[in-house]
Amino acid sequence: MKLVVVSAGLSVPSSTRLLADRLAAAVDRHTPVDVRVVELRELAVEIAHMFTNGFAGKALAAAQDAVAGADGLIVVTPVFSASYSGLFKSFFDVLDKDALAGKPVLIAATGGTARHSLVLDHALRPLFAYLRAVVVPTGVYAASEDWGAEGLAERTERAAGELAALMPLGVRAGEPDIVPFAEQLAALQR
Amino acid sequence: MQFGIFTVGDVTPDPTTGRTPTERERIKAMVAIALKAEEVGLDVFATGEHHNPPFVPSSPTTMLGYIAARTEKLILSTSTTLITTNDPVKIAEDFAMLQHLADGRVDLMMGRGNTGPVYPWFGKDIREGINLAVENYALLRRLWDEDVVDWEGKFRTPLQGFTSTPRPMDDVPPFVWHGSIRSPEIAEQAAYYGDGFFHNNIFWPADHTKRMVEFYRKRFAHYGHGTPEQAIVGLGGQVFMRKNSQDAVREFRPYFDNAPVYGHGPSLEDFTEQTPLTVGSPQQVIEKTLSFREYAGDYQRQLFLMDHAGLPLKTVLEQLDMLGEEVVPVLRKEFADGRPADVPQAPTHQSLLAAAARKETVA
Repeated sequence: MKLVVVSAGLSVPSSTRLLADRLAAAVDRHTPVDVRVVELRELAVEIAHMFTNGFAGKALAAAQDAVAGADGLIVVTPVFSASYSGLFKSFFDVLDKDALAGKPVLIAATGGTARHSLVLDHALRPLFAYLRAVVVPTGVYAASEDWGAEGLAERTERAAGELAALMPLGVRAGEPDIVPFAEQLAALQR
Repeated sequence: MQFGIFTVGDVTPDPTTGRTPTERERIKAMVAIALKAEEVGLDVFATGEHHNPPFVPSSPTTMLGYIAARTEKLILSTSTTLITTNDPVKIAEDFAMLQHLADGRVDLMMGRGNTGPVYPWFGKDIREGINLAVENYALLRRLWDEDVVDWEGKFRTPLQGFTSTPRPMDDVPPFVWHGSIRSPEIAEQAAYYGDGFFHNNIFWPADHTKRMVEFYRKRFAHYGHGTPEQAIVGLGGQVFMRKNSQDAVREFRPYFDNAPVYGHGPSLEDFTEQTPLTVGSPQQVIEKTLSFREYAGDYQRQLFLMDHAGLPLKTVLEQLDMLGEEVVPVLRKEFADGRPADVPQAPTHQSLLAAAARKETVA
């Protein structure tokens, strides 16, 4: 199965990417997956261009295809100004609105302090609910202090198990379904 | 194969001078551009329809009627006519009238508009956009194909014993193209009726255009109108030329960088690589345009956008001279080369009339 990891970390090395990698590895322990990581930093310019000209450049289009074709997603953002980062939101703003419908998604975030941990449920969960994704019950938030504390490994394991369980049931994007024209016309005449 | 130009009718400041033409100047410029198109041997002039600034062409048949009176050969068309928010009865009447005045030199392209608010401005619901396009066009067809129409639908007041006048010239309605950039439903509609499908590819990468055109061709065959290769396809293009390509790039760059649609985005170089835009010598324009065939197949109509982004009229007229003299004659020859005999030309009034006569003889 195909797992795509979307990471919006900006620095190198990035704790956002670190969390993303740990989540992906945990999923792989539950069920073997092909992992593809989409680093949004590398796509920042193409994402901005898609806002101005309406179509995706080559690298962004490839990332979008990977996301649409995935059996499951892990999405990880740093917390900026009490929410997901603008780059993270922008990637999903320019994604096809049906690309995530029915797709299992594990939400995760990183921040400097645990005070922002509800960003998962107040910002990420509504965003992915709007996109009609199936968001797994456990989200994973890692504050700086969590990297030296107990609990993160357990939450990572639990969330990964939930995603692994849902992935075989997810919806993968295929050819667009077109209602044959006669049916479309008939529906209006009913 | 038909070659022509299509205009959006935008009133845009010239970024090199800061001067904005008046609406009147722009409208007159559009007419001058159409007349030039005929003069340099192009086949088609198409105008957009918009109901918001900074665009002037809200009333296409008025403009096309005026151009019809001042031309002899040019086919007058639209890019596009809003099938969603115009009353289909008025479209049927206006374009039949234009057809008579222009002696049959008329076709039109259906579209759904460039801005959301146009729906409420005309009392329509944008969420019904596709359904409006479907139902309104079904009524338009009947108004042209049947002398007396009884009709009831979801979006318009019913008609009892209604006859749209004038009747289409020679009982042959204008040929219809359906324009869409990303809605497969519209390609499906075009295929169902055996109408033309125009993909305005000018801001889109080739693989997207390829998918849409292939889908239309497949469905055209599915509905029994011919082979996929016989479907009627039109494409857009966008060019700026000078004898030396460096001069073209230098002159066009400020217009590109400030263009209303794509300005302030990717570089001219990136955009020309990814989309049909060609800024360079006539030879480069020829090569790029010929490459459309590689992903769209042999097609019937090529329209170029030549007059947007604040380009002054004088420059546009120079561009049209080059297009007509140096580019299109070569394209005609090259596109004809290797084109299978059973791929039809774009339908015209004469060809549709002849086809109707054949049908009558058979019946």
